Amino acid sequence: MPDLDNLRQKAWSAGLIVLFFVAWELFCLMTGMSDLILPRPSQIFTTLIQKFPILWPHILQTLATTMLGFVFGVALGVVLGAIIGVSKTAYDTCYPLLVGFSSIPKVAIVPILVLWFGSGTVPAVLTALSICFFPIVVNIATGLATTEPELEDVLKALGASKFDILWNVGLPRTMPFFFASLKVAVSYAFVGAVLSETVASNRGIGNVMMTASSNFNVPLVFAGLFVLAGLGVALYVVFSLIEGRVTGWATRKNDLIAT
Amino acid sequence: MPLADSPAPIAIELSDASVTFGRGSRAVPALAKTNLRIAEGEFVALVGPSGCGKSTILRLASGLVQPTTGAVIVGGREVAARALRVGMAFQNPTMLPWMTIERNIMLPLKIVEPYRSQFRKLRRTAFRDKANALLEQVGLKGFGSNYPWQLSGGMLQRANLCRALIHEPRLLLLDEPFGALDQFTREELWSILQGLWMTHKPTVLLVTHDLREAGFLAGRICVMSARPGRILDDNSVEFARPRTVAMTFEPDFVALNQKLRALIVDARATPQEGG
Ligand SMILES: Nc1ncnc2c1ncn2[C@@H]1O[C@H](COP(=O)(O)OP(=O)(O)O)[C@@H](O)[C@H]1O
Ligand SMILES: [Mg+2]
Repeated sequence: MPDLDNLRQKAWSAGLIVLFFVAWELFCLMTGMSDLILPRPSQIFTTLIQKFPILWPHILQTLATTMLGFVFGVALGVVLGAIIGVSKTAYDTCYPLLVGFSSIPKVAIVPILVLWFGSGTVPAVLTALSICFFPIVVNIATGLATTEPELEDVLKALGASKFDILWNVGLPRTMPFFFASLKVAVSYAFVGAVLSETVASNRGIGNVMMTASSNFNVPLVFAGLFVLAGLGVALYVVFSLIEGRVTGWATRKNDLIAT
Repeated sequence: MPLADSPAPIAIELSDASVTFGRGSRAVPALAKTNLRIAEGEFVALVGPSGCGKSTILRLASGLVQPTTGAVIVGGREVAARALRVGMAFQNPTMLPWMTIERNIMLPLKIVEPYRSQFRKLRRTAFRDKANALLEQVGLKGFGSNYPWQLSGGMLQRANLCRALIHEPRLLLLDEPFGALDQFTREELWSILQGLWMTHKPTVLLVTHDLREAGFLAGRICVMSARPGRILDDNSVEFARPRTVAMTFEPDFVALNQKLRALIVDARATPQEGG
């Protein structure tokens, strides 16, 4: 029963996407829209297939910068999140600075990074990192800080150390928060990498789009956009699947067994 | 029951212990100077108006809070937190959702020596059998491999009692453990707790709002005054064990209940001055 509902929901979603492209195609055909302004989806897909061999190394480049930035961002986020999640004082002290940092529009730091490291891969990785670590920090800190006080009392009365409590309760409880934040962070890292590539790099999909745009190769610009959309969705889906597998217990309440 | 000529050793003693939270103008006196002595193997219930310091006494006994004045002596030495391995259970069963009931119950064995150093070796054998023996005793045989969300509130509270007892603590502290349960489930759990106490014989300090519960379970009932609390009255309860729910409706039992009720109503009406 719920499976059928689920399937129907998915069918509707897929239908809407198809409808969107059909409407787009028809709109261009009927208004005689120039492909220098808005190419038809069919043209874009054709370009995508023709230019794929050229696009492929750039796709790899963008993915590599995204994943590098993501990995470093996660490492940094976990460390910071653990520090401020365990200690109330550290939390209160660091939070304003973190919020201040996270509210800087990240485009603004790209020129600074270019100044320091030149254009290319390094600023892209660092931009990805600087955008994606924040959701990890927040989620790790929240997960660690939500241990029930009663359980803490039970364990402390047994003589448990702070580390015992962290290891047996805090960390496992944080896992669902952590994996939920991974899928958000990977999307952010992707945005950061593309952003930096667009402004300051000669490789990556962002740069391909920039170059194509200055050559008025509009179908290629849109092909790049489609590649980005596809990659973004793929990254999100991969990390959602990982989340579902690793932290099933957090969502399992829904399928209560009948007894 | 202490033997006639060799009285049982003292399990907990509060001597002139008081607790004040905060300092200066923000100071909240939670517990006035209190004297309480509990012998090993006794079952003592604490009753009194809410906010009078009952939980604070439990936290003193477990070493989670240090007395502001006076001393707390547990098992013959002054309380140092972490050294006591006290079993505790609260109204909220706080089972960890990612572990089976069996593994939840074994959690104290991961923390308390001598079990701690053997945990990896024995968790699939001796320790698991220990957990299942307790589960059987509280009527949860076969539920060890279930997850907490598959159990009802009453069943979780039984598991909670098992977790508090698995490491064979000499002191068991219960803070309104059955407060969230319906009347029938609660009465069922009284019998289960009585059975556990009669077989394992830990010293028990039970905080409760339910005077029938106190009368059913305890050998002694201490009534506390309003905040900052102190002990107003100390009753011994002599009904024969094992007690039954039917006994709680007999005249003697009802009379005890009425007496306690009057004391608490009085205590609520006359709040204490200062600390
Ligand atoms: N950590 C704390 N900080 C400040 N006040 C507290 C703290 N813990 C308890 N109190 C106060 O001490 C009094 C006694 O609390 P408690 O022992 O929990 O009462 P109860 O008898 O209801 O269990 C209450 O008025 C409560 O508000
Ligand atoms: Mg309380």
